[in-house]
Amino acid sequence: MRRITIYRHRLVVRITHWINVLCLTFLLMSGLQIFNAYPALDWGPRTTFDSSFISMTAEQGPDGRPVGITTVLGHPFHTTGVLGVSAGDDGQPTARGFPRWITVPSYQDLATGRAWHFFFAWLFVLNGAFYLIYSLATRHVSRDLVPTRHQLGEIGRTIVEHLRFRFPKGAEARHYNVLQKLAYLVVIFVLLPLIVLAGLTMSPQMDASQPWLLTLFGGRQSARTIHFLVASALVLFVLVHVFMVLVSGVWNNLRSMITGRYVIEGADDER
Amino acid sequence: MSAKTGVTRRTLLRGGTAASALLLSGCDRPLDTLSETDWFRRLLGFVNGPNREVQRALATGSGLAPEYTAAQISPSFKVNGNDMPDDDAYQALAANQFRDWKLEVSGLVERPAQLSLADLRAFPSRTQITRHDCVEGWTCIGKWKGARLSAVLNQVGLKPQARFLVFRCADAFPGPDGAQPYYESIDLDDAFHEQTILAYDMNDQPLPTGHGAPLRLRAERHLGYKQAKFVMKIEAVESFAKIGDGNGSYWADQGYAWYAGI
Repeated sequence: MRRITIYRHRLVVRITHWINVLCLTFLLMSGLQIFNAYPALDWGPRTTFDSSFISMTAEQGPDGRPVGITTVLGHPFHTTGVLGVSAGDDGQPTARGFPRWITVPSYQDLATGRAWHFFFAWLFVLNGAFYLIYSLATRHVSRDLVPTRHQLGEIGRTIVEHLRFRFPKGAEARHYNVLQKLAYLVVIFVLLPLIVLAGLTMSPQMDASQPWLLTLFGGRQSARTIHFLVASALVLFVLVHVFMVLVSGVWNNLRSMITGRYVIEGADDER
Repeated sequence: MSAKTGVTRRTLLRGGTAASALLLSGCDRPLDTLSETDWFRRLLGFVNGPNREVQRALATGSGLAPEYTAAQISPSFKVNGNDMPDDDAYQALAANQFRDWKLEVSGLVERPAQLSLADLRAFPSRTQITRHDCVEGWTCIGKWKGARLSAVLNQVGLKPQARFLVFRCADAFPGPDGAQPYYESIDLDDAFHEQTILAYDMNDQPLPTGHGAPLRLRAERHLGYKQAKFVMKIEAVESFAKIGDGNGSYWADQGYAWYAGI
């Protein structure tokens, strides 16, 4: 069985990928800092205060210690230690939406959280725009990301193979598989643009100049909720993405996104 | 704390809680340390300029903030910030239903004025049902009626050097060097915007104390902290560099963006 090395990721893709990792990490952490300033989500134009879609609150427990309650669609869950109540700056249980280990700064500071968020939002948008223009111009999208008719026909088999943790070898490993392609397309063309637009819809100035944003999302509080849900979907994507990187040859995968070089096993299957 | 170089004076001054928390936890959190480092804060703050310019550049067309129906008004409008100025002069005015209250309009104006509530009610007014978007993330909808700021400015006549309006308020927040008075400022683009009013009525009633009686600014394309409450004085200035810490508003002095469009 032969091993060959191919050049898998071009320089622009590698650089924009890692800048994106940096941006999304800090956008998530500063975003949760901002969320913590008012840890509840609503639908429609305004906040309801008493019937939120999701809310995180602190209540007094029977022993006098604060209890974290996360309410989803009216159903309360005890989430002490993680949501609603977690260790404060002094280590004592404190009312806060998300815990300090996942926010930046770790302590409550909305102004600084916003400064981080807007800085990395700009970097993220510029980086993403550069990636998109490059990928469309070099036909990276149509050549590498759009599934072939053949791949779509085999999607059932690919799912079964993935569930068995059997990953493509040989000629098939030269390209992204159909599940990868679909996941990347959804992230690049649906989730990421959606999260930017939903973020902009929270701006009163943008709503005045671009009222179509409110029509698209159904109001400022809906936009805030959608911004949060899309962020959650992106976290889910990253978890699966990192898991797949780990189980399908971690060093090979990491090297390919750093140097571009990717080793294919069983290359003698090729014609 | 002295061992940490690059910590700004602002950070040390701001919020005793955060500062003392850092003392307790030490410097084991690099992102917190970075957050308080002078050059890094300046780097983050660099995008405030592009934020403002892009929002301004996109503001074409009518540029009116969305308005809502009476049915969409919040049944309970959240009171935020100060709900009652801790100021003897203000409280004396309030005790007398603001009959002796006068809004001072001064600075770079041709004809400085002292306007009573009756004077303000005589100006051309505008009534609007708009969103109040708090920087914390929540939104309330309320109905505001007030004097068009443009009409007031036309009466006093701005001098050509005037570039900003500074709103001086009766309320204050505790600071390290004593009470820090609330103030805000807007530029002339916002000052002459059709929806920018000096609101004296809220939901068809005189402005309640918690919402800034007797007068609050409504600059509808901005977040809640721009909507200065308990307004006592409007000052036309060329620059706000010498006011407060020089950032143009109480909250800008605390690290928030002066341009509160997003």
